[in-house]
Amino acid sequence: MLVFIMRRFGTMILTMIAVSILLFLLLEVNVGSVAIKVLGPYSSEDQRNIWLQTHGYLDPMYERYLRWLGHFVIGDFGESVRFKVPVGDVMWPRLGATAILGAATLLVVVPVSLGLGVLSGMREGSKLDRTISVTSILTTSVPEFASAVLLSAIFVYSLKLLPGTSGMSDGFDLRQLVLPVMVLVLYDFGYVARMTRASMAEVMTTHYIRTAVLKGLPYRTVILRHALRNALIAPFTVIMLQIPWLLSGVIVVEFYFAYKGFGALILEASLNKDVFLLEACTMVAVFVTVMTQMISDVGYTYLNPRIRFA
Amino acid sequence: MSDQTIGVPSGEPAATLFFKRLWRAIERLVDAVLLLRESVVGMVGAGLVAFWVIVALMPGWLAPFDPLQTILPLQKPFAPVPDAAGGGTFWLGTDLLGRDVLSRIIHGARQVLIYAPLATFCAYFVGVPMGLAAGYKRGWVDDVVSFIANVILSFPILVLYVVIIATIGASAFNIVLAVTFASAPGIMRIVRGLVLDLRNREYVFAAETRGESNWRIMLVEILPNARGPLIVDSCLRLGYVIITIGVLGFLGLGLPPPHPDWGGMINENRAMAMSFPHMAVFPCLAISSLVLGFNLLADGLREIALRD
Repeated sequence: MLVFIMRRFGTMILTMIAVSILLFLLLEVNVGSVAIKVLGPYSSEDQRNIWLQTHGYLDPMYERYLRWLGHFVIGDFGESVRFKVPVGDVMWPRLGATAILGAATLLVVVPVSLGLGVLSGMREGSKLDRTISVTSILTTSVPEFASAVLLSAIFVYSLKLLPGTSGMSDGFDLRQLVLPVMVLVLYDFGYVARMTRASMAEVMTTHYIRTAVLKGLPYRTVILRHALRNALIAPFTVIMLQIPWLLSGVIVVEFYFAYKGFGALILEASLNKDVFLLEACTMVAVFVTVMTQMISDVGYTYLNPRIRFA
Repeated sequence: MSDQTIGVPSGEPAATLFFKRLWRAIERLVDAVLLLRESVVGMVGAGLVAFWVIVALMPGWLAPFDPLQTILPLQKPFAPVPDAAGGGTFWLGTDLLGRDVLSRIIHGARQVLIYAPLATFCAYFVGVPMGLAAGYKRGWVDDVVSFIANVILSFPILVLYVVIIATIGASAFNIVLAVTFASAPGIMRIVRGLVLDLRNREYVFAAETRGESNWRIMLVEILPNARGPLIVDSCLRLGYVIITIGVLGFLGLGLPPPHPDWGGMINENRAMAMSFPHMAVFPCLAISSLVLGFNLLADGLREIALRD
C-alpha cells in the first residue's frame, strides 16, 4: 500500500510538471499580447515592449518556466498580472467560496442520487425505475447554462422568489446560494444516480441476494443488510470523482451567477492570460484531481477487500 | 462473431477489407436502428434528433425570416410583424437587435449539427488509433500514450478549451480543433480498455498465427468487435460536444457573431433576461432538446445491445 501511494505521488508530480509545461506552451503563442491586456488597447508599441522587458517576458521560454518552477516549489506563486497582488491572496479566498458551493451541492447530490439510484436499482425495469432513469437522463441533458437561464426565468423572473445573482456583495447570503446549487445538483445528480442504479441492479442479481430472499428474510433486511453494503462501493468512487468537477467544472455556473469562486477566477485568468494565476489555479485543480483519485482508490480497497494492489 | 475467425482471405489489402467490414457494420447499424422500434426511449431520442436534422437540412424553407435581418427589436412571442416587413407573427419574438428568434434557432441548428458531429468524428479519428495502439501493443507505446492522455485529462477541461480558444482565436475550425484535442484522450481510454479485453480472444490469436500485420489485426479483427460500446459512447459524446460548443458560445468564445449560434444567442440576450426572458429561454430549450435526443438514443441503443 505504501509503495502504491508513493508511486502515485511520483506520478502526480510528473503530471503536474507536464501540465504546467503544456499550459506554458499554450500561453506562449502570442505571448506579447499580455501587454495589451495590462496596458490597454491604446498603449504604444514602445510602452508594451518596456513592460514586457521589465516583467521578463522577453527572456527565452525555458528560462521563464524554470524561474516560475523554482519559485513555485518554495511556495512563491508569483504576482497576478491582472490583480497586481500575490496570487495566493486572490486564489485562497476564491477557493474557499467554491468549497462552500461544492459542499452545499454534494450535501444535496449524495443523498438524493444514492436514494433514487437504490430505489430504481432495487426493482430493475419497474415503472419507478423507468421514471427515475428517464428523469435523470432529462436533467443531465440540460446544459448548466441552459438550466441556469430556465431556473432564473422561473424563480427570478416569474415567481420573484430568489435573487438572480450571487455576487455576495453584502456578505454571505444563503438565498444567493440556492440557484447555483440547484443548477449544479440538476446537472450532476442524474449521473451519480445512474451509476448507483447500475451497481444496485448488479448486486440484486447475485446469488447471495437470491439466497437471502429465498430463506425468507424480510425484503427490508435483504436490501438494508445485504444489498446496500455491496451496492454502495461503486458510487463511492463516482462521488469522489465529482469533487474535482465541482472545483473547476463550476466555471459556467459561477460566471452566470457572478459568484466569486475558483471557477470564475480560472476563467478570468485564462481570458487575461494571467500566467502565474492560471498556473497556480491549474496546479491546485490537478492536485485535487489526483488526490481524490488516490483517496477513492485507497478507499475502494478498504471497502472492497477482494481488491488488492500488487 | 465467428465470421471474423475463419475464411479471411489474407491476400486482400487491409484497407479494402477494413472498408468492406465498415460497410457491413453500417448494414448492421441500419438493422440496429430498425431494432430501435422496440425501445420507446430510443424512439423518442431518435425522433428528437431526426427533427433537428430535418430542421438543419432546410433552414431556408422553414425559417420565416433571414436570421441576420434586423426587423423590429424587443418583440415578445406571438407579436405581430409590421406590414412593411411582410406581416405575419414573430412566433418566438425577436431579440435585442430585432432579429427573429425562431429563424435564428432554425439556422443555428445547422451550425451545431455540422460542427458537433465533425468535432466528434475528428476526436474519434485521433483517439481510436491511439487506443488501439496502446491496448494492443502495450509496452512503451501504452505508457507514452496513456501518460499524454492522463496529462490532458487531469486539466480542468474548460480551462483547456478557454485557453486554447482564447489563444488561437474563436472560429469554427479552432473549436473543432480544441474539442478534438480535449476529447481524444477520453476516447483513447475507452478504446484501450475494450482492446485489453479483446486482444486475448481466439480470433486475434488466429490472425496472429496467420501472420497478419499489427494494423490489420487492430482495424479488421479488434475494432469491429468493439463497436457496440463505441456507438453508445459516440451518441453520448455527441451530446456532450453540443453542450461544449454551447458553453463556448455562452462564454463568448463560440462562432463569431453574427452567426446564429445557440450558445452565443443565450449570451447576447442574457442582459435583457429580466424583461424579455424568451430571448434566452428558447435557445436553451433548443439545445437541451437536441442533447436530450442524443442521450435518449444512446440509452435506447444500450438497452438493445444488452438484450442480445
